[in-house]
Amino acid sequence: MGLRLLLAVFVVVGLIIADLRFNSLESTRSVLDTLGAPIYWVADLPTRFGEWGELHIQSRARALEENERLTLENLVLQGRSQQMAALQAENVRLRALLNSTALLRDDVRVAEVLGVSPDPVRHQLVLNKGELDGVFVGQPIIDADGLVGQIVEVSAATSRALLITDATHSIPVQVNRNGVRAIAEGTGSLGSLEVRHVSATTDIQVGDLLETSGLGGRFPGGYPVAVVTVIERDPGKLFAHVLAKPSAALDRSRHVLLIFASQDSRRIEPASGPLQATPETTTDAIEDKTPDATPDTQEP
Amino acid sequence: MVQEGAHGYWLIIASFLVAYVLAVIPMPQWLLWARPEWVALTLIYWTIALPHRVGILTGLVLGIILDALEGAVLGQNAFALVVVALLSLTLYQRLRVFSILQQAGTVFVLLGINQLVCQWVQNLEGVGSPGLLFLLPAVSGALLWPVVFYTLRRLRRYFMVN
Repeated sequence: MGLRLLLAVFVVVGLIIADLRFNSLESTRSVLDTLGAPIYWVADLPTRFGEWGELHIQSRARALEENERLTLENLVLQGRSQQMAALQAENVRLRALLNSTALLRDDVRVAEVLGVSPDPVRHQLVLNKGELDGVFVGQPIIDADGLVGQIVEVSAATSRALLITDATHSIPVQVNRNGVRAIAEGTGSLGSLEVRHVSATTDIQVGDLLETSGLGGRFPGGYPVAVVTVIERDPGKLFAHVLAKPSAALDRSRHVLLIFASQDSRRIEPASGPLQATPETTTDAIEDKTPDATPDTQEP
Repeated sequence: MVQEGAHGYWLIIASFLVAYVLAVIPMPQWLLWARPEWVALTLIYWTIALPHRVGILTGLVLGIILDALEGAVLGQNAFALVVVALLSLTLYQRLRVFSILQQAGTVFVLLGINQLVCQWVQNLEGVGSPGLLFLLPAVSGALLWPVVFYTLRRLRRYFMVN
């Protein structure tokens, strides 16, 4: 037993040092994650049964009501995105006038949340898209309402994402209203981010929307991150204490969108002639946002 | 002729698989801290029941897999489960003759040590848990020990695992 204990201690200490200090065990984790995927899949079954039951055992009246509500919501959203196409075209023209770089549009793909990290201290999601789907480490993830996090581990068919509320995560943000830049750190609690190093004289208010600033090169700019909820300016302290509530439904999203950074071929060219949205931009803008839901939901 | 060698090994593996599924199954937010350490509980049972089959190396392998599942630093749960296996192997003779209540008390201490070791490694990493909440899984685990014990014992006897 003594020998085995010694061996075990060596292996354990070696693993901890390798993973913590040198971060050199990514391929091992990747393999283990692939092996562990079936366990997450089994653990997900009860939730799926519940959702299936809720979906199919519904009164007809409720189903019709839901249908009508969704049709109306879809109509409103499409109406809004018509305007977005025009605004986008105007933005591109203005950028061209100022000789700025052209606007790039990001591609999105839907991924389903297979499971959540069981450790309440860690905020991680397990997604059902992996290396085979082109997922890479550092890829940003959003949901319908805002930024969710980034991919930290990739295995063959699954990947792990770190949420913005995890205590080890930080993200550069800017205030939507006036462009003030700050960094939003996770606190370990799902409902709040801490905005650090905001001096007491900075122009920031409760209710301000914080969006990604695009600085740091990891997260593309312009995605909503959080809304400021608490500001405490203590005259005795150097920085104000600012808390913000994440916009995304971090604990409830079943589907997330993986952002694939735009390539040059997808650059949006300024429309020829005075302010008009070209037909391609309009339909493209609507088409690309439609999730490819059918193949995904059929998966066992 | 009584069959020598490993018999019914699959039951041990199956019980650990069930423990893994229970360890990651989604739970409501408020209940998250109360989730017992299923893998540790199952490991404690098998080290008491079959100390010559399940031991330190089993704890090591189980811990590494649990780390990958939890997204933790590789070695966190490995370390904890190795310690738990070691202590269970040292105590198994006494544990076998304890009453179920005394066993649950010892299991509470073992699980508490498990949580403590995990907490240390997490602190090395920079994450931590609020106050004494990290000990709650030890309490819930000790409360569930009788269920785990009787269920696995029943299955072990039925399938004659040795």
